[in-house]
Amino acid sequence: MVDNKILILPVTRIEGHAQITIYLNDDDTVKEAHFKVTDFRGFEKFTEGRPFYEMPSITSRACGICPVSHLLASAKACDQIVGIDPPKTAVKLRRLIHMGQMIQSHALNFFHLSSPDLLLGFDSNPTQRNIFGLIEREPELAMRGIRLRKFGQDIIEKVAGKKIHSSEWIQPGGAKWPLTQERATYLRDSLPKALDATQKTLNMYKQMLDGLQEEVTNFGNFPTYYMGLVTPNGNLEHYDGQLRIIDPNGAPAIECIEPTKYPDIIGEAIEPWSYMKFPYFRNIGYPNGVYRVGPLARLNIASHCGTPLADEALGEFKKIGKNSPVQSTFHYHYARLIEILFCIENTKRLLTDPDIQSEHISAKAFVNNTEGIGIAEAPRGTLIHHYKVDPQGMVTWNNMIIATEHNNLAYNMAITQVAKKYVKKRELHEGMLNRVEAVIRAFDPCLSCATHAIGHMPIDIQLVATDGTLLDHKTR
Amino acid sequence: MNTHPMKLKIDGVDVECSEGSTILTAAKTVGINIPTLCYLEGLTPYGGCRLCLVEVSGTNKLFPACATPVASGMEVTTQSPKLHEYRKMVLQTLLAERTHICSVCIANDHCELQTQTNQYGVDHVFYERNWSCNEIDSTHDFLVIDRNRCILCTRCVRACDEIEGVHTLDLKFHGKNTDVIMDQDELWSKACSCTSCRKCAKVCPVGAIYVEGENIEYTKDPQVIAFIVERRKCLK
Repeated sequence: MVDNKILILPVTRIEGHAQITIYLNDDDTVKEAHFKVTDFRGFEKFTEGRPFYEMPSITSRACGICPVSHLLASAKACDQIVGIDPPKTAVKLRRLIHMGQMIQSHALNFFHLSSPDLLLGFDSNPTQRNIFGLIEREPELAMRGIRLRKFGQDIIEKVAGKKIHSSEWIQPGGAKWPLTQERATYLRDSLPKALDATQKTLNMYKQMLDGLQEEVTNFGNFPTYYMGLVTPNGNLEHYDGQLRIIDPNGAPAIECIEPTKYPDIIGEAIEPWSYMKFPYFRNIGYPNGVYRVGPLARLNIASHCGTPLADEALGEFKKIGKNSPVQSTFHYHYARLIEILFCIENTKRLLTDPDIQSEHISAKAFVNNTEGIGIAEAPRGTLIHHYKVDPQGMVTWNNMIIATEHNNLAYNMAITQVAKKYVKKRELHEGMLNRVEAVIRAFDPCLSCATHAIGHMPIDIQLVATDGTLLDHKTR
Repeated sequence: MNTHPMKLKIDGVDVECSEGSTILTAAKTVGINIPTLCYLEGLTPYGGCRLCLVEVSGTNKLFPACATPVASGMEVTTQSPKLHEYRKMVLQTLLAERTHICSVCIANDHCELQTQTNQYGVDHVFYERNWSCNEIDSTHDFLVIDRNRCILCTRCVRACDEIEGVHTLDLKFHGKNTDVIMDQDELWSKACSCTSCRKCAKVCPVGAIYVEGENIEYTKDPQVIAFIVERRKCLK
């Protein structure tokens, strides 16, 4: 029996480096597909011996897209090590900066990375199928995306000093400087345009969905568990709250447990062919304990958003699932837009909070606990930072489970499903392979984070027989 | 003290200063800035970092401006392509010697070494880096020393000895094995001579000694040494 495989290396328009290997049967039908992460970074190891209070700064360097999420999860772990709750204004400012992070990261995925597929077509010319092609064809939409992302980054900059890697602002026990009147006013004044851009895009997307039913049906459309943080009354939560897991039918599998108990419910497996870990739901075991995190998961587990416009949008979204979770990975895009809407409404709420400009933003203490766990909802899902320190506060052990990693088992299921639908011949078609990549883009993985890389990503696709014979080869 | 005026030229500018002045202080009187790292006003010059090297006509040898007394008739050059390259080399060797990663350093944006490297355009280090991996001593109640960031300028050692007068800090070994130590090479918490005065943290030009939990920009205050010295003169 000859066992063949197709290699997509690297996968493009995602954050980080990966390859997809599609294994073929003798009759050229797809047997299975593997999503492989090819970089190793070693944050968990090289942070050993560093003081705990450096961890937000160091670990947030894992990613230039979602550093704020790392800052927050890390700072929350450090809060536990010093054993204090930050003042309420510090928590609100942390929430505010996280809203900025969500908006800019979701806008990046939807407008810059995914819209070229959605608007220009999966089979369109790959030299045009990018943000520049989008600017040419849909300039108004592209500018909307760029402005929305700018708004998210403005929030981060105005609160924490810099758009990217604003690690000097955050510290265990709170933050270093308050939000000034001038900066708060600037952000409040920017809100209406951001809200308008989001609503227009959401309406446009809903109208487009009818024409994308084939993709909705075939892009990672399968039942899994879902995990995320919720507020005590079960609403959408990004910064704090409790962990909830629902089963494929939407029934609670784990109901609102303290996030610090994550090791009881999440196991971590490894495979020799990828540098990304394979977290699984312990109650089901490995490899069947597949669960998804991120925007789709958060909207599936949340009862409500807690803001009027987002709640209205969530109601419509939940109708797709017909009283069950929305299962198609393609709907990550939809969920992402609803989350942007929620974040803008929540930003408005935070900016009009009377406490937001208080100068009482920091509580100080030294090492009181030798272990700290910080969990926040990053744009891509639940982010866990877990540190152990010695009595002097030097890190002795570090475990990070990144949002992207939680979805690892689901990636492999999703690309296998898409490959089985679209990859049927030995002769490779660029559009066919683009669909395999597009399902990964729908998840919006951040592999820089997950390997605890950056770079240009030309694509090199090889069809190789098990004896090493190169059967076909395409590059772009 | 003989205060016989000395007349010399620095970068072509006529300078008149008292005997015993150094090239660095003489240059300052006419507004000529010579880069320094280990020098700190109020402390005995050390001449260790070699960043303030200058050219003196009549000799090929380079002289550290902070530790070289002026002489009448001297013609000094403080800026030249040769000196620029030497200073870049000095900065690169300092960066290569231990572990300097500005982005995650507590002194980022408040570091004299970083300021100088930016000023001299040192965007690469062409020497093999040592990537030192020394243990951090944070056993003191609030002072921390991360020797991986130390450039051995000895400002802390001199401030501790000459200004605080306790000499808790000193150097051990030589060459690449040199390190700042507390008392008889003890952990900081065991160094009973330390008065916890924080002067070491105030004068450290990099992120090697700092106060845990305190914003570095508030901790650093190297000018305090000259202030104390002046005040003490007033008391005499």
